[in-house]
Amino acid sequence: MPALLEAKGLHAAYGETKVLHGIDFSVEEGGVTALLGANGAGKTTTLRAICGMVRTQGELLLGGEAIGGMATEDIVRRGVAHVPDGRGTFMELTVEENMRLGAYIRRDREVEADFDRMFGYFPRLKERFRQQSGTLSGGEQQMLAITRALLLRPRLLLLDEPSFGLAPLIVKEIFNIMRRIRDEEKVSILLVEQNASIALAFAEDAYLLETGRIVVSGKAADISKDESIRRSYLGY
Amino acid sequence: MEGLIHQIISGIATGGIYASVSLALVMIYQATHHINFAQGEMATFSTYITLTFINLGMPYWAAFFLAVAVSFCIGVTIERILIRPMANAPILSAVGVFVGLLLIINSLSGWFFDYTIKQFPSPFPDEALFGGYISGHQLGSTGVTLAVLTAVYLFFRHTSLGLAMRAAALNPVSARLVGVRVGWMLALGWGLAAAIGSVAGCMVAPVVFLDPNMMAGILLYSFAGALLGGIDSPLGAVLGGFAVGVIENLGGAYIVGTELKLTLALVIIVSVLTVRPSGLLGRTVQSRV
Repeated sequence: MPALLEAKGLHAAYGETKVLHGIDFSVEEGGVTALLGANGAGKTTTLRAICGMVRTQGELLLGGEAIGGMATEDIVRRGVAHVPDGRGTFMELTVEENMRLGAYIRRDREVEADFDRMFGYFPRLKERFRQQSGTLSGGEQQMLAITRALLLRPRLLLLDEPSFGLAPLIVKEIFNIMRRIRDEEKVSILLVEQNASIALAFAEDAYLLETGRIVVSGKAADISKDESIRRSYLGY
Repeated sequence: MEGLIHQIISGIATGGIYASVSLALVMIYQATHHINFAQGEMATFSTYITLTFINLGMPYWAAFFLAVAVSFCIGVTIERILIRPMANAPILSAVGVFVGLLLIINSLSGWFFDYTIKQFPSPFPDEALFGGYISGHQLGSTGVTLAVLTAVYLFFRHTSLGLAMRAAALNPVSARLVGVRVGWMLALGWGLAAAIGSVAGCMVAPVVFLDPNMMAGILLYSFAGALLGGIDSPLGAVLGGFAVGVIENLGGAYIVGTELKLTLALVIIVSVLTVRPSGLLGRTVQSRV
């Protein structure tokens, strides 16, 4: 079966500053793929490149269709949901309004039912439904961001450092729920993380990015067992 | 005492006009962080369009609504052609464009419709109501203004498109990530602002008469109202607009006289900017990290 997302020779740059130097990777249908690397390796830029938020060169295929150079809105409307770094919450709006925006492009009548399913994953959002989302805690905002992305009913979910700035206990809680989401929703996930041990335990495939190039790729289980990779790149 | 009540009531009536224009200013400010100096001239131009339709023999309300629709399209077109290329321009360039737009539309009004002062009809009865406290036009135009403000409120609160427009203004990057076509939302915002201006122009023209500079003073009062209420708060702008209307009328009647009324607007602008720049209801976002 062909991969859901395929990148070949993907370059990305902010103005004159090149960040990605021709990387190849793919995200399998129904799987979780992790993109690891240190600060500044180009992980966030890779996700932005997929969403058309930076200038790119090279090939980007979503389900066989070339999406390179498309506007962000059009890529999103093809089923790519992005939980950006900083979570992208509409702070001034309520939790409800944030969730309605997540389902903005949908025209079906199952949005309310999906709200209830999301409350099954994140009951706290139900308690905070009418609250201004700027008043949520960091963990709750991350839950809201994931919910907003899932309400799009995406084929591909891009997660940018869901563990960032959260207490270890909250991170564990969120990843436990992410496991349920992976099993119950029909969505493939591309996960960017600095916390390599959490990410490798969650993903099937993994890529290791260093200064804009992929240096290691393979099964997540193999990479986490390989002591030399762990020592030299992952630091644990 | 009777005089005072009369002044307050007519202050509320003109305040309604200021409130609509304030709201139009705030809508564009929220989306672009610029003040549309041409808002008043756009409204004047729309009023001329209405008058042209009426002179062509259309019934008043048909001309009114058709002009609102035409103004909406003009607003969208201005955004697409002139404002959009300025999205990332330095602030002074943007200000230059807005001032240029003001002069262009003002001259176009004069060129197409000439500079003579024209009478503009009111759709409301002429006689005084409620023992002389309020004229038919004042009551009617306040009603129309309130209807417009309510409709705008309901649109932004309770429709998916209104929510998307708010999202595009608050956080364009995130809005794109949920599939909102941000560029079009800004254009729609301009269209709505132009449509609101059209209504305000038609409601004020029977009182102040129609000429190409009709809205110049009104824009200043509305800007004062928007600042007073909080330039990033639609509700604040509306309340501020009404407040400025009442302040203007009372000040004109009892304190400074009619010649210096416009100065009051400047006094309000300067006081708000020095004492409380965010206005009475300016945005206070609570956030936890």
